[in-house]
Amino acid sequence: MIAVRAGFIPLVDSAGLVLAAELGFAEAEGLDLSLTREASWAALADKLAVGAIDAAHLLAPMAVASKLGIGNAKPAISALMSMSTNGNAISLSHSLYEEMLAVSPLAPGAGVADKARALGATIRAREAAGGPRLTFAVVHPFSPHNYELRYILATGGVDPDLDVDLVVVPPPYIVEHLEKGLIDGFCVGAPWTLVGLREGVSRVLMTKSQIWRFGPEKVLGMRESDVEAGHETAVRLVRAVKQALEFADEPANRAKVASILAAEDYLDLDPGVIGRALEGGVPVDEASDRPVEDFIVFDRFGSSFPWRSHALWFYSQMVRWRQIEHSPAAARLAADAYRPDIYRKAFENSGVTLPSANSKLEGALGAAAPAGSTTGRLTLAGDGFFDGRVFDPNDVPGYLAGFSRSV
Amino acid sequence: MIDQSAARASVIEEGLRESGLTDVVILLDTELLMRRIVEIDPDVILIDLENPSRDVLDAMFQVSRTVERPIGMFVDRSEAGMIEQAVEAGVSTYVVDGLRKERVSAIVETTVSRFNAFDRLKRELADTKKALEDRTSVDKAKLFLMKRHEVDEPTAYGMLRRAAMDQNRTVAEVARALVSAAALLDKKP
Repeated sequence: MIAVRAGFIPLVDSAGLVLAAELGFAEAEGLDLSLTREASWAALADKLAVGAIDAAHLLAPMAVASKLGIGNAKPAISALMSMSTNGNAISLSHSLYEEMLAVSPLAPGAGVADKARALGATIRAREAAGGPRLTFAVVHPFSPHNYELRYILATGGVDPDLDVDLVVVPPPYIVEHLEKGLIDGFCVGAPWTLVGLREGVSRVLMTKSQIWRFGPEKVLGMRESDVEAGHETAVRLVRAVKQALEFADEPANRAKVASILAAEDYLDLDPGVIGRALEGGVPVDEASDRPVEDFIVFDRFGSSFPWRSHALWFYSQMVRWRQIEHSPAAARLAADAYRPDIYRKAFENSGVTLPSANSKLEGALGAAAPAGSTTGRLTLAGDGFFDGRVFDPNDVPGYLAGFSRSV
Repeated sequence: MIDQSAARASVIEEGLRESGLTDVVILLDTELLMRRIVEIDPDVILIDLENPSRDVLDAMFQVSRTVERPIGMFVDRSEAGMIEQAVEAGVSTYVVDGLRKERVSAIVETTVSRFNAFDRLKRELADTKKALEDRTSVDKAKLFLMKRHEVDEPTAYGMLRRAAMDQNRTVAEVARALVSAAALLDKKP
């Protein structure tokens, strides 16, 4: 048995690690997997950096940033696989939501762009009336949440750095902050969106799956130096976690997954809230209480594959929001943070379908479509952005030039 | 210093004062943390590693324009051993640019040792409390057996020890079980 210590943040998408340990998938791979819950992404990254843990559930852009040496610089962390897709949502306080409807009524079935423009109009109306600036919270500067919220604000004609205050609030405090009026809205992951709804303090404006139909979220990270020193642990961990992710995707397993995650050592929350997150029971449209399709996805459509184009999309957002300056060398580094080579090695000759390429156009599929693969049986999920844009990972400047305020 | 434990914060503050650092501000809660840090304008920020607000501080690297001087976490490679010790003890340190390195080392050393000392103290206190409780239970159980079987103290203790060995439990565990059962026997339905 190889001993592996892994850290996680109490979120629904820690399921890949939690279930790998709880349901014996890690043991079957010869791993003695022990888990530690961490209070912040920063603490998780610190512990990974100094070797207090060997692997971690991480915000995907954190791995990219570590490879680029930006932010709170640490040794490079490799993203071995994706642990989740979607799962986030943008919520507003009731008073801001009402204010928005008063400024700009939303027609039934209004889309993401309509809502973004309505929010933008509200922010401008406030400014014109001399009202206080709005404050929005995200969970980390290198988080998909940050880029999603900025994308939406910018679509509404709002400069996220000048027209509003963007702050970081840890997810367990975010609902309380809204309740106290310290923030007016937030973009947070599952299950915290549902906690805000349960407490009756927030309303969902839109989900991540509506912004980017199949948007990458968390990754499984290991120190790059450890991965380089020997692939065995990484490969076994990837296999164990993939089985856990497949288990978590299965609708018939939802109650079991929710009850495991709800335990005191993991999320320490009501299993009902976690179950609703797994089902996509997030009301975004008054007219319909249908669950949000693909609200959170673990491995469906082979989505645990670490696409280098995902690393590059996050990189494009770092450039867009001036966290780094673009250069071809930096783009290459960013792509290298993702390790499809390890994922391929984990499943070579295993019958698991692997894509033929390591990178793809993002946002090009309006609906699920077949793609080149090792078995000829790969179907990729529809992955469109709400605004119909397509991200070509080989042309970051070209992609950014299409946005009104970019490089 | 940001610490949710007021007791630990005062222990660390005392240590820092002893080493001549008198200008210490303690934040026990983390509401509006970024705004308050900007107001205090510190040279060094020390924070409990288990504090969820660590991510708020990480964000300050990104938006250094919100703070007068840039803040960097104390992860200088040449001090690798020290940062590992700090992480293991559970302390994170953010240093504002411009503070001399030896000065920082001294602050971190003091904090880490105080942090560890506080932890030890807490453990010792818990151990002492438990030992005291154990002794009280054993005394009560002995008294119960002495009355019930009209035996002397060594015999009563011998009975407890035998039961503990038979049941593969500690004497204190057997005593606690006996005391709670005895309380039940004394009670009228």
